[in-house]
Amino acid sequence: MNILRGWSRHKYIYLMLLPVIVYYVVFLYLPMYGLQIAFKDFSPAKGVWGSPWVGFDHFVSFYDSYYFWRLIRNTVLISFYELIFGFPAPILLALLLNEIRVRIFRNVVQSITYLPHFISIVVVSGMMIDFLSSDGMINQLTGLLGLPSVSFLISPEWFRTIYVSSGIWQGVGWGSIIFLAAISGIDPSLYEAAKSDGAGRFRQIWHITLPGILPTIMIMLILRFGTLMAGGSMEKILLLYNSTTYETADVISTFVYRRGLLQMDYGFSAAIGLFNNVMNFLLLVAANRFSRKINNTSLW
Amino acid sequence: MKPRIGFGERVFDGSNTVLMLALVVVTLYPFLYVLFASFSDPADLLQHRGLLLAPTGFSLESYKLVFDNPMISIGYLNTILYVIVGTALNLTLTSFAAYALSRKGVRFVGPIMFAIVFTMFFSGGLIPTYLNMKQLGLLDTRWAMILPSAISTWNLLVMRTSFASIPAALEESARIDGANDFRILLRIFIPVSLPIMAVMTLFYGVGHWNAYMDALIYLRDRNLYPLQLVLQEILITNSTDSMMSSVADVDKGLLQETIKYATIIVATVPVLLLYPFLQRYFVKGVMLGSIKE
Repeated sequence: MNILRGWSRHKYIYLMLLPVIVYYVVFLYLPMYGLQIAFKDFSPAKGVWGSPWVGFDHFVSFYDSYYFWRLIRNTVLISFYELIFGFPAPILLALLLNEIRVRIFRNVVQSITYLPHFISIVVVSGMMIDFLSSDGMINQLTGLLGLPSVSFLISPEWFRTIYVSSGIWQGVGWGSIIFLAAISGIDPSLYEAAKSDGAGRFRQIWHITLPGILPTIMIMLILRFGTLMAGGSMEKILLLYNSTTYETADVISTFVYRRGLLQMDYGFSAAIGLFNNVMNFLLLVAANRFSRKINNTSLW
Repeated sequence: MKPRIGFGERVFDGSNTVLMLALVVVTLYPFLYVLFASFSDPADLLQHRGLLLAPTGFSLESYKLVFDNPMISIGYLNTILYVIVGTALNLTLTSFAAYALSRKGVRFVGPIMFAIVFTMFFSGGLIPTYLNMKQLGLLDTRWAMILPSAISTWNLLVMRTSFASIPAALEESARIDGANDFRILLRIFIPVSLPIMAVMTLFYGVGHWNAYMDALIYLRDRNLYPLQLVLQEILITNSTDSMMSSVADVDKGLLQETIKYATIIVATVPVLLLYPFLQRYFVKGVMLGSIKE
């Protein structure tokens, strides 16, 4: 009775696993079961199971809707700008931090730049809104220089800049940690050799440090590509946008939030959410496969 | 042996130092501005243009109004409750899972791990998750702030990696002494992984302190609001009126600004005060996470 003995020997382990499995089933897999409402004309009275099937109707009407291309564009663009500006920033910071000779100064700069990561998104957005308001600190400063006042918060053309730059402000220090860790793993004798060959600091960075952290950069880049359809953080966009900036600020997730939770159009918005999730999933799988092919680094 | 420092090197070091100092200023100044503005005299602040290098005038009026606001204390107390209960549940379940899934000879570990990791890549999404919570009857309850985030899969993977590296001999000798798995986890695994437990406590704790989205989606009853949702009302939707019922109309406009600044300070001070002491643990946590993919 080998099987029974195995069960009883580990009975406490299965007891520990029980609440864990219950958690994943109830809070993560039950919603996946509920995803079928994306293909149904869902009404709360009939419930998930009782509502009639409508096939791909929701997807078709989303594709045909006026918002479709605007949402796709905004979603991709906000991720894209985050990628091209937000991705290199922590790498650059790590390279520069690594070049600081005075240890204490370096530690102080690191500690200070990590700090904003722990400030809540509500506070960060609140500060942005205050500083950027038409009579806020930024407009006061530009006013002193004789420049006209800009209504940053209600100008669609400013939204992405505000979103991406505040993201860099909050995340650049924290993001640099992983690259600093990679740098610290580089063999110091390489630098000695380069120095004796007369290489300056820029050449050392270019020929030793950067190649040394390239695998880390690749892994982080793959993770980023997987989020190209995620369209930034819904939380932060909900805090920073308003109806005057929807034109550039409204992404798929915020649209789902409004249509689903505020207007209670459940089936339709679940379908849009599913569409977005599937896109994210496929992108991540594709990015991973691509990376494995070109340089043997992959997530799984 | 001191290396020769050439001109190019010195220019590099000099500009790097300037750049880093600029970064420090850009990072810290917004907080300083808010701090100075919160202590400023509201009328003086309205007249003031540009940067603040110290409070203009001095007034504690806005702090008085913030502390008198019942929503701030409700939010504070709720958040403290969510942080304590939520983090305790997080640590219990995460260590259970990490322990159970890192033991050898346990059945179904492979499929269970796959099912757990899969949730990092695919989820039901906002609407089905909301409807599920509604179905479970958890809307507008304190559980809505605690149960949906009971385990972070990422933290689970980090802790599991750490538990897997604990020598089997420790476990075996305890087992021979008749200890069961709960005892082994509590008396051996957790004590030998105190650094990682500290990191997890901090990550989970800060997560609960800053949690906002679940509250926005699941809570309507203002008595259950966490601090972040109260902050959102004051900072983003600008509803400071409720705080100023005792204030004359002419002063309301004046106080509106400084109230916001005082609110930010009151809500952020715990994090800012703890940060210098906890900072090294946070960094260690990121390193732990990056050791093994």
